[in-house]
Amino acid sequence: MLALTASSTLELLQYSPPGWGANLLRGLMNSVLIALGAFGLGAVIGVGGAYGKLYGGPVLRDLLAIYTTVVRAVPELVLILILYYAVTDAVNQILLGLGQDRIQISGFAAGIAVLGIVQGAYATEVIRGAILSVPGGQVEAARAMGMPAGLLARRITLPLMLSAALPGLANLWLIATKDTALLAVVGFGELTQETRQAAGATKAYFTFFMAAGGLYLALSISSGWLFARAERWARRGQPELRG
Amino acid sequence: MSETAGDTRPEAIRIEGLHKSFGQLEVLKGVSLMAREGDIVAVIGGSGSGKSTMLRCINFLETPSAGQILIGGEAVATRPDGSPANRRQIERIRQSLGMVFQQFNLWSHKTILENLIEVPVHVLRVPKDQAVARAERLLARVGLAEKAGVYPAFLSGGQQQRAAIARALCMEPRAMLFDEPTSALDPELVGEVLAVIRDLAAEGRTMMLVTHEMKFAREVASHVVYLHNGQIEEQGPPEAVFGNPQSDRLKQFLRSVG
Ligand SMILES: Nc1ncnc2c1ncn2[C@@H]1O[C@H](COP(=O)(O)OP(=O)(O)OP(=O)(O)O)[C@@H](O)[C@H]1O
Ligand SMILES: [Mg+2]
Repeated sequence: MLALTASSTLELLQYSPPGWGANLLRGLMNSVLIALGAFGLGAVIGVGGAYGKLYGGPVLRDLLAIYTTVVRAVPELVLILILYYAVTDAVNQILLGLGQDRIQISGFAAGIAVLGIVQGAYATEVIRGAILSVPGGQVEAARAMGMPAGLLARRITLPLMLSAALPGLANLWLIATKDTALLAVVGFGELTQETRQAAGATKAYFTFFMAAGGLYLALSISSGWLFARAERWARRGQPELRG
Repeated sequence: MSETAGDTRPEAIRIEGLHKSFGQLEVLKGVSLMAREGDIVAVIGGSGSGKSTMLRCINFLETPSAGQILIGGEAVATRPDGSPANRRQIERIRQSLGMVFQQFNLWSHKTILENLIEVPVHVLRVPKDQAVARAERLLARVGLAEKAGVYPAFLSGGQQQRAAIARALCMEPRAMLFDEPTSALDPELVGEVLAVIRDLAAEGRTMMLVTHEMKFAREVASHVVYLHNGQIEEQGPPEAVFGNPQSDRLKQFLRSVG
């Protein structure tokens, strides 16, 4: 009986049909790509948002405050539903107004945009705090040597803030990988959605959700390792703290 | 600085009618000063007298409230609020003034060599091999040849300050600005940094040096300025300022610093 279960489990998870392995891996791939896109977009928004909050004019700062407050206050699921349907709707209204046909927004692009906007709000705060932790004297030394502002941000401030930002950014990355599961509500074929379909079709709920859990865990462990390496690199030049 | 009539050395740094306020607090109340090329101007004065502020106004790390700064005879263009009007001009002028800070301010994520070549390579567009060769020469000169690949945090304060001086020299500046370069150092490390500055003085470099090291100021300076309460209270050649002070305040100040 046990042997039978084990072999049928393996069969279910096999790469090619009748196994559902390929579907799960395709879902994982989609999840990772969306998470990467969202994390990247969030990081770009975060750097811009942090600089805007720190050095921008009053209007820009108010707008950014509204953005970070609202996005961080509303549950991600609600935001995804609002942004996905509202944005699709708005785009189509505009297209109709222009006399064009309706379009179907790709779940992939919408997923990156929606999760990226959410990530950006958190990243803005993470990076703002990290920039504030950069020793002012080092920035001043660069200014005193006539370094233009853009170069100074790229070569001095941002590398210096990285070691302080990375732990927070690593958290955001893990949240991004898991938040991709929320896209299942708009029917996008990421890992959770593929798992649900496989489980529904075969009634092997336990098998498939355990398998999905294992894949999420593997993703999280390998990214934890990558972030640890990145942090060591960002801390180059800083003597290790010993308690 | 020289009052001698007929001195034809080109002027390096000229401050005219410099005022600076932080909110209600007026820190500089009309300071005028000129350094010709090769001059070594030592700025002395009590804590809070405005020495650092004056130095920082020269390269516009602080925005003057009023007055004018001229570098090599070229006036820094300013907006009505006193801030630099022309980004390129102020960047170019800053590149021509090597500033050395009390806290060294080396970039902690770059090795000593990377600190030295950063601005020459990425801002001044010096070819990298040339910049590295120049940096290595300068590191050897300040006694840090073997520390090129080391990160700043692994050096002593004296070594960091010598590296910071080399970093400023690596831009081949027209003049050097020192703001209390030895004040953050343990007493036994002061000498090695002063030796480097003395070496620069000997080769005729233009310098403006804020310092609490009176003996050193007397030894290397060509001109000494005593700042009190945001104004130049007394100035002159070191023998006069230290040997024969005129104002009571300067006499008192010199007594208080020993
Ligand atoms: N950014 C600032 N904002 C407000 N006040 C300032 C600022 N910088 C300096 N001051 C004030 O200006 C005055 C002069 O400061 P400054 O640093 O020029 O003095 P100093 O002569 O260099 O003193 P020290 O010998 O202690 O370095 C001080 O009262 C100081 O508190
Ligand atoms: Mg000072």
